[in-house]
Amino acid sequence: MAFIAAVTKRSSIARGIKRPSTPYLLLIPGLAWLFLFFVYPLINLASTSTQTPAASGEIGAYVQSFRFANYFDAISGAKEQFIRSIIYALIATVIALAISYPLAYAIAFKSGKWKNLLLVLVVAPFFTSFLLRTIAWKQILGDQGPVVTVLRFLHILSPQAGLTASAFAVVTGMTYNFLPFMTLPLYASLERIDPRVLEAAGDLYANAITTFRKVTFPLSMPGVVAGTLLTFIPAAGDYINATLLGNPRTKMIGNVIESRFFEIVDYPTAAALSFLLMAAILVLVAVYVRRSGTEELV
Amino acid sequence: MIRRWFSKNLIKIYAFLAFVYLFIPIAYTMAFSFNDAGKSNLTWRGFTFKNWQNPCGAPEVCSALGNSLKIGFLATTIATILGTMIAFALGRHRFRGRSTVNLLIFLPMATPEIVLGASLLAMFLNLGINPGFWPTVIAHVMFCISFVVVTVKARIASLDPKLEEAAMDLYADEMETFRRVTLPLVAPGIFGAALLAFSLSFDDFIITNFNSGTLTTFPKFVYIASARGIPAQANVIGSSMFILALTIVLAGQLVNRRKAR
Amino acid sequence: MANKAAGTKGDLRLSNLTKAFGDFKAVDDLSLIIPEGSFFALLGPSGCGKTTTLRMIAGLEEPTSGTIEIGTTDITYEKPYSRPVNTVFQNYALFPHLTIFENVAFGLRRRGIKDVKDEVTKVLNLVELGHLADRKPVQLSGGQQQRIAVARAIVNRPALLLLDEPLGALDLKLRRQMQIELKWIQTEVGLTFVHVTHDQEEAMTMADTIAVMNEGRIEQMGSPVELYESPKTVFVANFLGQSNLVKGKIEGVSGSDLQVSVHGNRIIVPAGRNFAAENSDKSVLIGIRPEKISIEHSEANTLGDGRISDISFVGVSTQFIIEMPWGQELTVFEQNDGGASHLQKGDTVQLSWKPEFTFALDGTADVDAGTSVNPEEL
Repeated sequence: MAFIAAVTKRSSIARGIKRPSTPYLLLIPGLAWLFLFFVYPLINLASTSTQTPAASGEIGAYVQSFRFANYFDAISGAKEQFIRSIIYALIATVIALAISYPLAYAIAFKSGKWKNLLLVLVVAPFFTSFLLRTIAWKQILGDQGPVVTVLRFLHILSPQAGLTASAFAVVTGMTYNFLPFMTLPLYASLERIDPRVLEAAGDLYANAITTFRKVTFPLSMPGVVAGTLLTFIPAAGDYINATLLGNPRTKMIGNVIESRFFEIVDYPTAAALSFLLMAAILVLVAVYVRRSGTEELV
Repeated sequence: MIRRWFSKNLIKIYAFLAFVYLFIPIAYTMAFSFNDAGKSNLTWRGFTFKNWQNPCGAPEVCSALGNSLKIGFLATTIATILGTMIAFALGRHRFRGRSTVNLLIFLPMATPEIVLGASLLAMFLNLGINPGFWPTVIAHVMFCISFVVVTVKARIASLDPKLEEAAMDLYADEMETFRRVTLPLVAPGIFGAALLAFSLSFDDFIITNFNSGTLTTFPKFVYIASARGIPAQANVIGSSMFILALTIVLAGQLVNRRKAR
Repeated sequence: MANKAAGTKGDLRLSNLTKAFGDFKAVDDLSLIIPEGSFFALLGPSGCGKTTTLRMIAGLEEPTSGTIEIGTTDITYEKPYSRPVNTVFQNYALFPHLTIFENVAFGLRRRGIKDVKDEVTKVLNLVELGHLADRKPVQLSGGQQQRIAVARAIVNRPALLLLDEPLGALDLKLRRQMQIELKWIQTEVGLTFVHVTHDQEEAMTMADTIAVMNEGRIEQMGSPVELYESPKTVFVANFLGQSNLVKGKIEGVSGSDLQVSVHGNRIIVPAGRNFAAENSDKSVLIGIRPEKISIEHSEANTLGDGRISDISFVGVSTQFIIEMPWGQELTVFEQNDGGASHLQKGDTVQLSWKPEFTFALDGTADVDAGTSVNPEEL
């Protein structure tokens, strides 16, 4: 009963009895879940990151020693993969932006009555399993696949060279897999632009390119920011594409964390690396958001 | 003449190419579901309906699918309920700590999956809980809640508050107003949120990998099988999910269009 | 089920009703009685508190202090669903997910009435939209939605029907038509209507009694004719139609008539037309409506030697702006019956009117109160 009452909008109709507790009743179950299974594990992870191996030498046994040097060790051991992850994620994000922007623009402005259908078609490929899609790229870029065949025919690729198990394949997979995260926010932002504003620009002597540069693109910035963030953040932490499409020299930070966790059973290092990854992402995001000046993301 | 047509329709051509790009892997996946392959589905051997007739033929495929579906339904149900409650609190009430709640909802969406998965596993191990079915469900609920909140909150925001006032003006008390006006109007948003949560849960690999132990879900099955060769049955299932999801979404669109008429 | 208060009848009485938001008083100590069965209008500019008052009567807003009664029943703190009051909302608030029939039947069903078909059909026929019963609101035009909103309210035979600027979204012709229809429905069904609007023409057309509100208080209440011909404050004089207000000084009395000197002219204010309080400096504002002034004939009250500075032909009338010797611009409306057609810009004219149309207001009041546009804010 209180739940129902809590959930109905009223503008202070209660018979002088305010019920300030009702929003909290609604919030508590969900927030408790997030606190127990998101916040607390992160705090736990932070505490793990400063632990050292236990005296017993048992695999997986660690004790709390507040050893912050763990972070230095972690970084020096994984510097290469770290930088590589950031770079791959950046490249994938930029390419995704280049592919998505015209696509989102076409759907927002040039699609007429097909708009809803096209939006569904943009998202539809991602109804297939993420892993199956990535495997498909392995086949498409494979030595028997069409891409390699054509490139070899055009003498761009030598008969021995291939495209799979390479940085190129990894970035290709990443770009593809995170495309809708770029396209949808872009579309949402472009769709909000009043077409009459664009007409006004034309009326004031701006040609198509100038209108885009001075009016459309700036107005779509919130979408660009949201899209790049929603693409970059998961891309930096991804390791599936690297595993399926790459080789030992393309390992990303996610691979390192996974192996530290499962193979080497080195929890403190894995924890330290996780936080370093999060910190790196947060710093880049904060700088980026401040420079582009948009605040509301959720 | 042709040049003018070209420059006028440049964007549309580009978009068409982009769509081709989007669907090539799907086409591959579907095509290879008809491949007469043995254990490894990497090269084309011949066309066959065999795989479609016997989708559970390869070992473990269907048990993995079953696990994914079970986890998906459970996680979706719980996350949708919890998330909808939060969405109503945020969308219909004023309270202190609102921006903290918004931040708490936003953070899981911004945290790399590997961090979410690893931290949760570490906590479970510390507490002596082994990874498996229920830890996976718990993890899935955790990362789905935020998406449900955002989706339902948007729907609530578009609801005219005057409609609830009108209902009360017309003798409906709080419960009846909720049942007959608020809920029916927010329902499409809740349904959309549930669909989103289910697809996120079904397709999740990283967090699941950390928290499922020996239990196999469909993405996990594909990942493990990728080393030796993925059976064509996996492609059958992948294609089926694609067709099913596409059908549901298109059907939803048609229903909406008919309602508006 | 909560008390649906069927059968509560009587006059609506607001007593010392106040609604404060922090320091700001949206409604300030409002008291009025609306007789049962009348068509009552709350008129005023936006922000004057009329909508807040309406919402308090409906139960959608809780008063800070004061009481609301219908007959002998105190409904001040009753929930909206327990009051015998129904509202027609500004943007209609029709339930988009229900058919027209179900929209109209909503209140009846909530009150537990099983057999709604007859009542709903009757009221749909009253608004001539019976053929749309199975459609959804989105399929109806604005005017049709408006009529359904009214039907949805009156089918419940409330003691009181509240209308919150219901005609605002309609175009002019449709609005005129709906004004007549609403008035007809009200007399036909016999309910008490309380209509909130900022459109003074609308209020005067439809209402039996108008209360002009300003900044949370009632400026003046009365019949349309009363308010128009005998405004008691500058605000009312300017808000309803237009007024010419000129400052003058009381010189003396002649019988029960007042004699006022206005820039050298002698103006007579008949007995009962002086609404001003006594002023130590004997200043007073003389008011006369533009359509009462003639620049052709001569009458007992005259202001002399004005120069025509603008002429506007408006079809029914011609509007003259006359600049007086003391710098003030006065407005005159002459009906286009052939009389003043020869006049031109720059001509000198005498403004003349019958004393019985004069009204006198407080001399210290702000002459611009109630005028719709403040040039400084443009």
